[in-house]
Amino acid sequence: MSATLRHVGWVLRGNPVTALAAAGATALVLLAAFAPWIMPYDPIASNVPKALQPPSWDHWAGTDQLGRDIFSRLLAAARLDLAIAASAVSLSFVVGAVIGAWCGYTGGAVDRAVGRVVDVLMAFPLFVLAMAMVAALGNRVENIILATAIINLPFYIRFARAEVNIRRDLGWVEAARACGDSHLSVVLRFLLPNVLPAMAVQISLNLGWAILNAAGLSFIGLGVTAPTPEWGIMVAEGARFITTGKWWLVAMPGLALMLTVLCFNLLGDGLRDMLDPRMRT
Amino acid sequence: MRALRSAGRRVGGRLLASLPALFGVVVLTFLLMRVLPGDPAVFFASGPTAGQEEIEALRKELGLDQPIPIQLVRYLGDIAHGNLGRSLTTGQPVMTDLRRRLPASLELTFSALALALSLALPLGILAALRPGSLLDHAVRLVCTMGVCVPTFVSGLLLVYVFYVVLGIAPDPTGRIDIFASSRPEITGFLLVDFALMGDWEGWWAAASQLILPASTMALFVLAPLARMTRASMLAVLGSDFIRTARSLGLAEGRVIVVYALRNALVPVLTITGIVFSTMLGANVLVEKVFSWPGVASYALDALLASDYAPVQGFVLLMASIFVLVNLTVDLLYGLADPRATAA
Repeated sequence: MSATLRHVGWVLRGNPVTALAAAGATALVLLAAFAPWIMPYDPIASNVPKALQPPSWDHWAGTDQLGRDIFSRLLAAARLDLAIAASAVSLSFVVGAVIGAWCGYTGGAVDRAVGRVVDVLMAFPLFVLAMAMVAALGNRVENIILATAIINLPFYIRFARAEVNIRRDLGWVEAARACGDSHLSVVLRFLLPNVLPAMAVQISLNLGWAILNAAGLSFIGLGVTAPTPEWGIMVAEGARFITTGKWWLVAMPGLALMLTVLCFNLLGDGLRDMLDPRMRT
Repeated sequence: MRALRSAGRRVGGRLLASLPALFGVVVLTFLLMRVLPGDPAVFFASGPTAGQEEIEALRKELGLDQPIPIQLVRYLGDIAHGNLGRSLTTGQPVMTDLRRRLPASLELTFSALALALSLALPLGILAALRPGSLLDHAVRLVCTMGVCVPTFVSGLLLVYVFYVVLGIAPDPTGRIDIFASSRPEITGFLLVDFALMGDWEGWWAAASQLILPASTMALFVLAPLARMTRASMLAVLGSDFIRTARSLGLAEGRVIVVYALRNALVPVLTITGIVFSTMLGANVLVEKVFSWPGVASYALDALLASDYAPVQGFVLLMASIFVLVNLTVDLLYGLADPRATAA
């Protein structure tokens, strides 16, 4: 274990950007986790006399049209947005890995049927599909998670299927079968653990995308609804004030979104480079 | 002749192969729309005081009193006749609405794609020529940032900088200032129409409305295009035939543009196809930010008003465009690399 840690430390030293991204992502998660204790103000309580104030020492990110402290709202929103993205991505990761692995292992009719469904999902512009799903199922947080998970699913299914498919006839798989392992056990105990590291890299890359997706849905009025603090809604509410020069209502949540996605993307790129140096671009 | 016939067979084959996916899209959209909350008959009856009878009549007129499978069969039959139903919000057939609004969306998407490609290709090539240089790092930085800023934020910030602070952009709502000049109706693509009419003032007005939303979208897709160009060029530039071309004393420009770029194009084409489909989705956000009168904002308004038909029509349209784009990309492979046609 300590050897692994030392190796990770060595890799991170050689990759300052990845190390920085990892630090940033950790900081974000911690900020989100401890948001209720860090927030200087109540993120929902309005204070109309102090509405639309630019960033100052009292309000680091300014106040919005109801006088709510934007910095506190950003922190509260980080909690929600990260939770949505993390649940959606882990849901599609688990479901996609199992379905994809099973298809890649067995092949045949099930594989073809799943392949068709995946083709249909991929024939949609994915954001439009998510839009339609949230509208159909109702404006609730669970449904954003579900919609985001479903539009991520095809990538995980295809990935797991391809990775398992090329390994299904390898010696160690046959050895496991010859030892009397059931097919289920071969897939779950031998094949999946083998493809998991490569798939885990996808998680980090997908987290950023999932956050953008959830924020986009809220921005157009689907998903989380006001007054819940959420980055997409904060931008949508601030949009009305942009032409009067109140830039911080949009720029602050925009900055939060950008930094978060940046951290996850850089982290994902870095992890991928460690795993497969040929993919480096 | 034979090449033409084989190309024709490829197109036909690809179109046939995409039919099941399109059919799946139709059925899935139909089902999704049918579980939408809210009864459109109640929503569109004359008002909250509408009587039960009126609602029933409207429901019968819309076919909502039939079981779901029958509604689906009817819907499929209607699509086969080119009838996408009627929008309850605008009162027009969905086909008419979509046809009227599609040029606005396509003009925006194509301008954004052209803008993104005209930046990404040179940047990617330059970065590949000097890997590790300052320019390479700058390109990487811009690309990495570009994908991280959601289009709805970058669009609003562009509005702030160019309209509010600098005051050089026109009012960021809609396509063109309706009072400035009469809009021609030839193709629906304003840039093309104004150019055809020789009305350059109008053309400039249309272009300046277009530039901010198009840049917003271009910024978002710049990264994958530039990165892929760089990676692909880097791989090609290291190959033997480039060394041979150089050793033969060919001009550097010729080596890069004719020999290297052409061989590097196939992966760039693939990513362009993928990027285009992302842009179809991003259209929704960009059209909302700029009140752009395209198909996406039309579908969004309908969606929020539980008006099924326009949303179904929109999704079907998007999926069809997507299929067409993939087909075009496929054919372009043949142009970029003739070996791809033989396979």
